[in-house]
Amino acid sequence: MTGKRVTFSNTWLAGLLIAPQLILVFTFFYWPAGEALYWSFTLEPPFGGENQWVGWQNFKTVFEDPLYWNSVRISVIFALCSTALAMGIALILATFVDRQLPGYQAYRFMYFWPYAVAAPAVGLAFRFIFAPDAGFVSALNQWYPGIWNPARDGVDAVILITLANAWSMVAYNFIFFLAGLQSIPRSLTEAAAMDGSGVLRRMADIQFPLLAPTFFFLVVINLTDSFVNSFGIVDITTAGGPARATDLMVYKIYSDGFKGKDYSLAAAQSLVLMLLVVSLTFIQFRFVERRVHYT
Amino acid sequence: MAIKSFGIAALALAATIGAAQAQTSRVKFEYWYGLTGQLGEVMAEHCKRFNESQPKFEAVCVGQGGYDRAEQNTIAAFRARQHPTIVQIYDAGTVNFMLSQATYNAVQFARDFKMKIDWNDYFPGIRSYYATSKGEMWSFPYNSSSAVMYWNRAEWAKIGRTTPPATWEQFERDMRALKAAGHSCAYAFDFDTWQSMEQLSAIHNQPIATMGNGYEGLGAELVINQGVFPRHVANLKKWQDEGLARVQTAQTGKTIVQAFADGTCASMLSSIANHGVVGDTGRPGLDWDVAMIPVYEGFSRHNSLVGGASLWVMANKSKEEYEAAAAFLDFVLTPAEVKWMPNVTGYIPITVPAFNQMRDEGFYAQPKFKGREVAMQSLTFTPPTKNTSGIRLGNFTSIRSEVRSELEAIMNGQKTVEVGLNDAVARSNQILRRFEQTFRGRTLP
Repeated sequence: MTGKRVTFSNTWLAGLLIAPQLILVFTFFYWPAGEALYWSFTLEPPFGGENQWVGWQNFKTVFEDPLYWNSVRISVIFALCSTALAMGIALILATFVDRQLPGYQAYRFMYFWPYAVAAPAVGLAFRFIFAPDAGFVSALNQWYPGIWNPARDGVDAVILITLANAWSMVAYNFIFFLAGLQSIPRSLTEAAAMDGSGVLRRMADIQFPLLAPTFFFLVVINLTDSFVNSFGIVDITTAGGPARATDLMVYKIYSDGFKGKDYSLAAAQSLVLMLLVVSLTFIQFRFVERRVHYT
Repeated sequence: MAIKSFGIAALALAATIGAAQAQTSRVKFEYWYGLTGQLGEVMAEHCKRFNESQPKFEAVCVGQGGYDRAEQNTIAAFRARQHPTIVQIYDAGTVNFMLSQATYNAVQFARDFKMKIDWNDYFPGIRSYYATSKGEMWSFPYNSSSAVMYWNRAEWAKIGRTTPPATWEQFERDMRALKAAGHSCAYAFDFDTWQSMEQLSAIHNQPIATMGNGYEGLGAELVINQGVFPRHVANLKKWQDEGLARVQTAQTGKTIVQAFADGTCASMLSSIANHGVVGDTGRPGLDWDVAMIPVYEGFSRHNSLVGGASLWVMANKSKEEYEAAAAFLDFVLTPAEVKWMPNVTGYIPITVPAFNQMRDEGFYAQPKFKGREVAMQSLTFTPPTKNTSGIRLGNFTSIRSEVRSELEAIMNGQKTVEVGLNDAVARSNQILRRFEQTFRGRTLP
């Protein structure tokens, strides 16, 4: 099996062709990441000027702060819950549409709209709908006073941002699940149906195993997205409160760096966050992907 | 005929080009402002008034979408050498700009470009907030406000009172009476530290931090766990638990201003800048007024603090741009312009001559603006002391948010007043030490 390898000998041309992409990646990823690495070992005055080398001090400040670990804990809970919720709901919706239940064309068209809504808009909508005094959900408080109050109760606040984040991610997941389901050959499910297996059995034994690659891809994307992209929702809905209950890692970076102008502390935190996301993704590829069969 | 109309068209074209050239030959400078919404429109309008007032200079005004952003963007732009000539920076950003070495200090600027400004025209309380420890102005005060108490006169009439409470003790009795009369929210408050911590401490002449609230150096430490603030927080908690007062934030559904304007809550502490908002958005027939913030018995009232923003001139611009900027700053300080601002916003006139003119012309007698002079009374109640000149603490935005979080924990019952405020002080002091270390080798002017 020493098949011929097709190679492209003109490396200069190849380099030229990929250069625009490389420049973009360098300018918008490697360069800022390098700068952040440098800042995290120095103390950087907001307007620039003489910054001083402080070694591990910024990281020490971050790790010695009990509230930072609180922030990590909330971020992990938030990421796991909103990923599970977003993928679960998307999978159910996608199977419904795939089974061509009545009206599926309309749903197929509409379900991905939420993904096009910007995070702050999602946050604003959820804040209004779930406001304990005035929102739609305030009806709950009419029946059981005080049962729902994200402005006072940290757990309620976490539920609120989890719902908002999951709502906007469902749309994205739905598209991939539906595409995955539709790429499963009909003959397989039909054969199973002829053998007498019901809908749920076919899902469990045929469709879901064949969806494994999509599933794996979406877990990676959803977790990453929940860790790094959720700050717009948090900023508008809860602003990190009440009493830091929704102070996610990425929101803390934003408030320390952009509001507080402590660039070095924010740089150190963003490196920690980056390492966390990289290692999570690494673990997933190392251990989970082995169980995934690509058809 | 065809030739004639072609000729006219050519003439018209030439005229347009000529006009355009006249436009571009004006000296331009950039001005960035932070305010948004209706107030942002007023900022843009102010530029337009300047551009129309004279032919030589043109202000190019760009809204940055919020005070925070205006500061962030200016910092980023300065690092990239793309910064504006003038920028509007909010009160809490003053310390960063004073230490930045990126600005042209106002006193020097006014001298170098022969501005007509008389620094003594500003109200002392406004001057002190933006001045250095030596009393020099480094920026030009612009839109300014102070905090007052808004009270619902009709609700107070129901309990047989026609005057607003002057002390917190009286206020408590009034709230109990209001509750007894069936009112479910006598007082609305939120976790904004500006009213409950900063203004309250000032009017009681209590320090927020050592070293003259930070004016004397970067080594200051927070002291809000002593004095009148802990007592007030304990009261807020008690009033909340008794059902007299209620937390109103965007998260609960209505902000304090919305809750007051629609009559849900009978009183609040807020900026005088919201005077127009309550007037415009208030429920029809809402009978309300403003009064000075109450003081605790046994304390003598002092001046409250100014809030709002000032205009900073940035370093490293051309002489022409500076001349244009000086003309703009002179323009906004003319009495006519200082008087214009309170007409279109809730801000106060910032200079004494403009205020006197407005009072004499009967501005404060007009129903729409009645009560706004209360903010001036409050701001000028006494000459500023060490504790009431202002607050000059590094990274004050983060300190505010630490205090806010602890107040939330206290009001939710997760922490006692003592533990919460001690935690806020400890964490804020860490922030201050980091700031001091970041600016090692620099001293506050």
